[in-house]
Amino acid sequence: MTIAEVERPNPAPAPRALETKPRISDQIFRSIVALGGFSSLIILGLIAAYLFFRGYSILRTEGLSFITGYEWVSAINSDGTAGSEQSTYGVGAMLLGTLVTAAIALTIGVPVAVLAALYLTFFAPVRIRNFLVSVVDLMAAFPSILFGLWGLYVLMEPGMYVAELLNKYLGWIPIFAVPVPVFLRSPFIAGLVLAVMIIPIVTAISREIFAQTPLDRIQAAYALGASKWAMIKSVAFPYSYSGIVGGAMLGLGRAMGETVAVFTVLNILYQANFKILLGAGGNLASHIILKFGEASEEEIKALMAAGFVLFLLTLGVNMLANFIVSRTSRRGR
Amino acid sequence: MTVTPIKPWRATKRDIATQIAVLLASVVAAYFLIANTGFEGRLPLVIFFGIFSITALAIISGLRRGKEAAKDAVLAGAAYVGLFALLLPVVSILWTVISRGTAAIYGGFFTTDMSQDPFSSPLDAGGIKHALIGTLWLIVIALIISVPLGILTALYLTETKGPGSGLIRFLVQAMSGIPSIVAGLFIYSALISGTGRGFSGFMGALALSILMIPTVARTAEEVLKLVPPDLREAGLALGATQWKTVALVVLPAAKSGLVTAVILGVARIAGETAPLLFTTGGADATNLNPMDDNMGTIPFYIWKALIDGSPEAASRAWAGIFILMLAVLALFGTARYLSRARTVR
Repeated sequence: MTIAEVERPNPAPAPRALETKPRISDQIFRSIVALGGFSSLIILGLIAAYLFFRGYSILRTEGLSFITGYEWVSAINSDGTAGSEQSTYGVGAMLLGTLVTAAIALTIGVPVAVLAALYLTFFAPVRIRNFLVSVVDLMAAFPSILFGLWGLYVLMEPGMYVAELLNKYLGWIPIFAVPVPVFLRSPFIAGLVLAVMIIPIVTAISREIFAQTPLDRIQAAYALGASKWAMIKSVAFPYSYSGIVGGAMLGLGRAMGETVAVFTVLNILYQANFKILLGAGGNLASHIILKFGEASEEEIKALMAAGFVLFLLTLGVNMLANFIVSRTSRRGR
Repeated sequence: MTVTPIKPWRATKRDIATQIAVLLASVVAAYFLIANTGFEGRLPLVIFFGIFSITALAIISGLRRGKEAAKDAVLAGAAYVGLFALLLPVVSILWTVISRGTAAIYGGFFTTDMSQDPFSSPLDAGGIKHALIGTLWLIVIALIISVPLGILTALYLTETKGPGSGLIRFLVQAMSGIPSIVAGLFIYSALISGTGRGFSGFMGALALSILMIPTVARTAEEVLKLVPPDLREAGLALGATQWKTVALVVLPAAKSGLVTAVILGVARIAGETAPLLFTTGGADATNLNPMDDNMGTIPFYIWKALIDGSPEAASRAWAGIFILMLAVLALFGTARYLSRARTVR
């Protein structure tokens, strides 16, 4: 049997260039995907541009006092009649209210959320953990008006009880003082509702961060005879500290932008109120929704400017929070 | 000979007996304290029970096994306190909605609207037909807008990985934290104020889309990341273009996960109230046309009942919340079911 000799082509084929350019169909596909991909950038840009553009005239006349001013007076009523002599728009009081209610929410919500996350990660049996994680996710999906209604009809009473105790025993601290012992619809109660609203998100993030603690380090700690407390203190907590800070900031962003729940629970009054047990105050978002219905043309512009401030504030907090969280979870120490 | 493994970390019978005894004693002690001092109600009872039981357990384990064990007991107690504080609102919310939500629901609740009856009228008249129609319209339009945009964003981040995808991922995350009121204000300032156009269902759907896109995009990205790279490479090795690979291999492989993403997006927007006040307005009569005029929605129905303040209106608000929560629970259950089916397979 002979093996057929394969004749080598002569001369050898000319070297060819490789085409790296995608085909027409892929080019179209990629540009459509890119268009969709950039939609969020475009939307964010448009939001900033339109709110700034509509509120610009107010921002220009008020200048920095739009942020620091404690007066919100409109010269023209919504029906066209003259109101007070000159309009002044400053969101300072509401900015303060936003920070106060959000601070109360964080003070109450973050410890609860971190402890709950500790339970979920290090104490709960697997089945119970999976179930509770679903519950936390579900709670995060509850609409804010539900929290508002629940806060008004259910949480108000125990909230007032706690407020009364705070006033009774800690009333010598200025923020817990009240001129008359009425505790209804105070920033404290709004803060409680906001705390309940941010607990699911902070719990979820903290749990994810705790769960990323390297297993070998946990086991090394146990092998050295550590108790759970010692392990968490020396391994889990240092590893996840900054991630928890980021999670808390995400909660802060949510608490600062909350509208309906605060509007429902709090007695919205335009004043700078440090006394958190006193039934008056508000936050930026609830102020916008309160004034919007009866606002004149000019006041609407001021509300747009207020919305612009709120947008920048929450966007900044969120970006910082996401940056911290993603840095923590990427760091493979 | 069989060997039974020993589990020294397990609680012994003596431990469990001590714990139960301590818990019971704490209940009794807290009860006596409440009965004999100025404190009243269930809340202080629970708080004192927590303080007593944690202190007692810490002291007991401290005496038995030293200082570190006492700290450990405090931490365990604190973790259970956290769990309790997490679950208490959920249980309370579910219980309140279920117990108060059914009072206003009667035979004609889903077939009538509120155009003939004020919110303070007796509970056997009026209904939420108009609000159901409005909310369904808003969800359908928001789906049409935000599902393609959300999934395209996810594809950009996972498949084509074009320039700036890191920035886009960052912005999508930041966008999911935008307060809902800002979305409403934006649509109002850009498309309604000064243009001569009025409120309409479509405007509301646009505002809701802004809130829905990031939810869909983030979940879809997570899902697409789970598709094994082998599948993509197999598609490309068969000579398919990237477009064919994505359309015929990657997306079908991630189908149930993408449905989950969409469902979570709907759950995110179904109850949004604040943006609708600037864009859809509200109505008590049925409006079938989402392109023109104010539209009633379930959140607005609840909102209006809440503002009204009468007991009948409060019952109506709870009924609206009840319907909304059933919808969210159903959506959530479906999403869970789908994602579980995915992990099992």
